[in-house]
Amino acid sequence: MIGNLDHSTLQELWWLIASVVGSLFLMLTFVQGGQTLIFTTARNAQEKALIVNAVGRKWELTFTTLVLFGGALFAAFPLFYATSFGGAYWVWMLILFTFILQAVSFEFRTKPDNLLGAKSYEAFMLINGSVGLLLIGAAVGTFFTGSRFTLDRFNQVTWATPFHGLEAALNPFNVSLGLFLVFLARTLGAMYLVNHVDHAELVARARKAALVNLVLSLPFLLFVLGSLLTMDGFAVDPATGRVFLEKGKYLHNLLEMPVLPVLLATGLLSVIYGVVATSCLNKRYGIWFGGLGTVLVGLTIFSLAGYHNTAFYPSLTDLQSSLTIYNASSSKYTLTVMSYVAIGVPFVLAYVSYVWRAMNLDKLTLAELIKAAKEMY
Amino acid sequence: MVDQTLMTVNWARMQFALTAMYHWIFVPLTLGLSFLVAFFETIYVRTGNEEWKKITKFWATLFGVNFAIGVATGIIMEFQFGTNWSNYSWMVGDIFGAPLAVEGIFAFFIEATFFAVMFFGWSRVSKGFHLFSTWMVAVGSNLSAVWILVANGWMQNPAGMTFNPDKARFEMTSFLDVVFNPTAVQKFTHTTSSSFLLASLFVIGVSGLFLLQKRHQLMAQRSMVVAAVFGLVASAFVIFNGDESAHHIAERQPMKLAAMEGLYKGETRAPIVALGILTPGKKPGDDKAPFVQDVKIPGMLSLLANRQLNSFVPGIDDLVYGNPQQQVVGANTRIASGKIAVAELGNYKSAKERGNGEAAATALAAFNQHKDDLGYGYLNDPADAAPPVATTFYAFHVMVALGSLFPVVFLLVLFFAYKGTLPEQRWLNRLCFACLFLGYVASQAGWVVAEVGRQPWSIQGLLPVGVAATKVAPGNVQATFFIFLTLFTVLLLAELRIMAKQIKIGPEA
Repeated sequence: MIGNLDHSTLQELWWLIASVVGSLFLMLTFVQGGQTLIFTTARNAQEKALIVNAVGRKWELTFTTLVLFGGALFAAFPLFYATSFGGAYWVWMLILFTFILQAVSFEFRTKPDNLLGAKSYEAFMLINGSVGLLLIGAAVGTFFTGSRFTLDRFNQVTWATPFHGLEAALNPFNVSLGLFLVFLARTLGAMYLVNHVDHAELVARARKAALVNLVLSLPFLLFVLGSLLTMDGFAVDPATGRVFLEKGKYLHNLLEMPVLPVLLATGLLSVIYGVVATSCLNKRYGIWFGGLGTVLVGLTIFSLAGYHNTAFYPSLTDLQSSLTIYNASSSKYTLTVMSYVAIGVPFVLAYVSYVWRAMNLDKLTLAELIKAAKEMY
Repeated sequence: MVDQTLMTVNWARMQFALTAMYHWIFVPLTLGLSFLVAFFETIYVRTGNEEWKKITKFWATLFGVNFAIGVATGIIMEFQFGTNWSNYSWMVGDIFGAPLAVEGIFAFFIEATFFAVMFFGWSRVSKGFHLFSTWMVAVGSNLSAVWILVANGWMQNPAGMTFNPDKARFEMTSFLDVVFNPTAVQKFTHTTSSSFLLASLFVIGVSGLFLLQKRHQLMAQRSMVVAAVFGLVASAFVIFNGDESAHHIAERQPMKLAAMEGLYKGETRAPIVALGILTPGKKPGDDKAPFVQDVKIPGMLSLLANRQLNSFVPGIDDLVYGNPQQQVVGANTRIASGKIAVAELGNYKSAKERGNGEAAATALAAFNQHKDDLGYGYLNDPADAAPPVATTFYAFHVMVALGSLFPVVFLLVLFFAYKGTLPEQRWLNRLCFACLFLGYVASQAGWVVAEVGRQPWSIQGLLPVGVAATKVAPGNVQATFFIFLTLFTVLLLAELRIMAKQIKIGPEA
């Protein structure tokens, strides 16, 4: 069946797959949220340890999802990978540095003789959970606000600013998206703690933190959504492949792909319900609604950028250098092969869920941390 | 003034070498120790003996510390292809991206999922499921190696693809040819088995230290026996497929083989250099003798390369300047042909842009005649087709010498363990401890041979490194190079101190 799909269907399918992976990553940033909550929500070393160990058992899953997101973009849209990573050099490098810091922090933080001391590793977690996510948000923001690059006839990228992508962090839309992700991650992190930790005081504070961070995220979310609905967008003429600016492009996309407003509304309501259930109704299951809602909102954002004759990586310097899911993709053969490979994804999701369930069956308690202190993060 | 592009390329190469070598400090231990921990835990589950649980947990702790920093240094390896080698990423992304994506889907998630069970699941899941998880971490780690080595093997021996002149890139035509590329299979077996060897050396090294200090003697001896058996089996594989791999390189990368052996003038009955000091300043095509001092075994290189004692093995000079008697086409000829390919590709593009179909067809036909030499068209001096000989030669010989020593050490360990006098053999325990470090030297040297030996190519014969790099001002790459240098060095020091402390603490009582 996959063998009969035409190239454009495969390109759309792979944009969807990449979007799903990217959105799952956003859901899993509850780990990053937890990393910053240790500075605001924990009152003592024990509570800190509870937070670190609760989210620490999932850090690799988040990390791996990010790596897969990169890998999927490389494989399916190599021209995007080459253009964005090579051009917006510093944004991606800084993001990577924060993830390098994160990867050692959990394992090294409480080990004796760790050279830098626990405080440094906690600072690394903070940097990853704040700067790292902010920059990822800014990078995703450029899907809508554009970047300054040109491609030559052999598709080699030249970046028009010496800041190599850092200029993206000066755009209010990009920064707002980044800050929204930071606060969303904290909201999700707090809900995850409520779900997984058994410690009355910490959980009570986490319940409050979920609401506070949701409220803090709202202005940024509203600014992003308001901008999206009113801004000019980068449209593609399907007949000629020419890219042009269209007034209200993303609003049109939203209206002309009716599933998107439904996804967006369901996603937002789901996140809000998750927080309300956590903070006001004293429930533990809020994270599930928060996580699901985040995935739906993420899917909406990526779909707005990539589908419906839209350039998902637009160039402000030379509109015709802009990337679409059609001109940036791999060959039909490669996308077909990878689609067969992707049949394995549900299997992966199945064992991840199974193990997740087995590991989260019992709540994390102080008793467990103390009993096996040497093995804990 | 040095050309800016060249500076960028060289800094990007330095950065790639730096990050890859740092990453490779941690990976082989992960690949091998994961299996050793799985062996220890299997013995524990089967015997129910708590001593084995202690052994499992001790080595698992070291595994965990090493694993984390392996992951940390690994993420840059994936993204660096985009940030620093963007033209490479575009030109071969259609082929190279797929194995990376498969790796992400099938291998990384196994590691990430089961790692948490291995470390935090002791009281949360059943004994059997825990053991299963430990095995899955080992399998997942080694599966991760499959795909990146498929990608690397493809760079050494591109297969299963064709050049698309309209897109100016290579496109995949057969996924199976890419995956079952013989170079990829070689790379995988040699890399994983040598990593098992390194991890075995790590375990006997640390255990040897315990015996010298007269601490944890039961644990140390048990660990040593398991590791020595594993290491011995791994050594046999390493030697077997090392030999296969040399044969294979002779076929696909004759220049690399010539550099590995410092062979400038090709010979029939070509010798292997057992020991040698290269003449400093020797260049391809000059009349200097290649060696200041050497000990050679006649005919062995011909035998290794072609499985025939009297066969001809081309040298660097033959491959650079050609050798018509032996039908060796030199880089000089291929560069001339490649220049035509590059020019005709440009003509084709221009004609297409002008809408001149006839001119485009003519240019394309001319391009197709020379397209196999496209990569050479980007070189200027034929001598540039040769890699740095000294680095390749010495790295190769260090690797082979150490690789021959290790099985002897494993045999000695097993012999004295059988006699029950392992703790008394202080000299052997000291040797074991030294081998802990020598294993890393050999392993790094192996990658130096593989990667330095294939210069100037990022993809053998098709894409030289100079064309593959991202166009950014060199200052940017220089800056990230030093950030990586600082960051990775600090993290390595932290890791070493943590490891040393954990070894000092030893297994829990």
